[in-house]
Amino acid sequence: MRLRNEEERYAAALITPSMIVVFGVIIVPIVTTLVYSFVNINPLSSHRGEFAGFGFYIKTLSSRAFWDDLGRTLHFTIASTAIETFFGLLIALLLNQKFPGVGLLRSIIIIPWAIPTVVNGSLWKLMLNGEYGVINALLERFHLISSYQSWLGNPKTAMMCIVIADSWKMTPLAVIFFLAALQGIDQTVYEAARVDGANPFQSFLAITLPALKPTIMVIVVMRTVEKFKAFDIFYLMTRGGPANSTKTLMYDTYLQAFTNLNYSDAATYAYLIALAVALMTLVYIRLMKRGDNI
Amino acid sequence: MRRSISSRRRRTMALQMFFGLLVAIVVLGPVVWMFLTSVMRPVDLTAKPLRLIPQDITFDRFRQIFASASASDPAYVFRIALKNSFLIAVSVTVLSLVVGTLSAYAFAHLRFRGKNALMLLILFTYMLPPVAMIIPLYRIYNQLGWLDKRWPLVILYLSFIVPFIIWVMQDFFGSISRSFEEAAQVDGATRLQTLLYIFLPIARPGAIATGILAFLMSWDEFFYSLIFTSSLASKTMPVAIAEFNGKFTIDYGMISVAGILGSLIPVLITVVFQKYIVLGMTAGGVKE
Repeated sequence: MRLRNEEERYAAALITPSMIVVFGVIIVPIVTTLVYSFVNINPLSSHRGEFAGFGFYIKTLSSRAFWDDLGRTLHFTIASTAIETFFGLLIALLLNQKFPGVGLLRSIIIIPWAIPTVVNGSLWKLMLNGEYGVINALLERFHLISSYQSWLGNPKTAMMCIVIADSWKMTPLAVIFFLAALQGIDQTVYEAARVDGANPFQSFLAITLPALKPTIMVIVVMRTVEKFKAFDIFYLMTRGGPANSTKTLMYDTYLQAFTNLNYSDAATYAYLIALAVALMTLVYIRLMKRGDNI
Repeated sequence: MRRSISSRRRRTMALQMFFGLLVAIVVLGPVVWMFLTSVMRPVDLTAKPLRLIPQDITFDRFRQIFASASASDPAYVFRIALKNSFLIAVSVTVLSLVVGTLSAYAFAHLRFRGKNALMLLILFTYMLPPVAMIIPLYRIYNQLGWLDKRWPLVILYLSFIVPFIIWVMQDFFGSISRSFEEAAQVDGATRLQTLLYIFLPIARPGAIATGILAFLMSWDEFFYSLIFTSSLASKTMPVAIAEFNGKFTIDYGMISVAGILGSLIPVLITVVFQKYIVLGMTAGGVKE
């Protein structure tokens, strides 16, 4: 028992500095934000200072704008996560083969991931430019378009552009994860399957895919959480426009807080996002725990 | 028989090389274009039809970034922002590694009450969107006179990077056998000596990996910096880049120069320390 006390005291000494740094910063703001979502603190409101109960939550959840934001957030989240997972797996399968140049390819594949998010946004913005952009120049040269298009200025294509820009940067992360998982698969299993007469496609379905399932799940959940919180690339490329076509929950929260000064509305949005993120984190942890048993 | 197998193998290999080349073009194309844009003359940048290989190149924009001495010149602002980003990222990396590694060891190898609940809380903290704290944080920082200063930004970054370090490092420590600890104690080593001389050296690859990721996370951070910085005193590289996009609406060359300089450190680090980075990322994401 004494040893246990001593061990606990030692543990407390080791974790205290972290806890001060982490919870010292976040506890007061996180609780205060919760209070803001129940008490009207909008500086421009005539009800300022009044207790609103669930008023802001009811207002938010019954507003058209919120559900439109959520729809756009899901559009971005699902499209980019699907692209990253699909192409990440495809490229990893390619890089797991032996052919001339594969070593070089494995070391350059990570470069887009290393480029800062904000730089990535400005790079794609200039490539997609409607007047001088290189993408317009290339598409025109190959006769895929007849005249230059304002890709980011068109509500129909703006979100697609952000999805492409984000997928270009983040697909390498999925490649790295899949490559690590592929290299962990026992090669003798493939050998045995080949002897039993399985073709490569059957081997993929029967061996590779099941072995990669935990990795696929982790990537999907982890990336979904990150996409849901994405802000930087939207700020850089479109600022929620044109015609609100890229206004996501995160971006709208930012606008409510820093442009419209609707602090309580912003706090409510923020808590709804945090709730969604917390739920997804729980899913993530359950997946990790299950991964342990495999 | 033998020949037909090898010719099939050759066909497969040609196909693999074709797709490999395709991947390389998609991966490197935008990067190459950023570089070309940074050295092309403005006339060529706005030429129609666009010439993909410039006839005449200039490094004037790079010179402008490094030579400009006027505080009203965006090129000068960008240089200072790079310096701010670097100082902040180095401080965050060192502090978060020291503080986070100690805690990670405790989480991996010591028994204490509430350990699992605390670990869960730390993971939530890491996942938490900053927007859920930003309004009160701004008010508090304003009252304390901490706006537009570098070290308060370091504190903010620590609040989400330390949880990340703990999360990944406890995984590294967890893979080290407890028998090392028992053996060291039999030899009369104190707990602290065991940690410093037995565990830290074994966990060094993990510490390097998480340290690099901490640096990159700090270098990349945009949201807090956008809200909390306003002048040369603390503005970071990503915020300066965002401003560039508003200021240079025609001279894409300058935006590209900023992009290249902002990417230089993370890209070099990533390519050189790739093995460590993969180690750190997979430990944090997938349990093996």
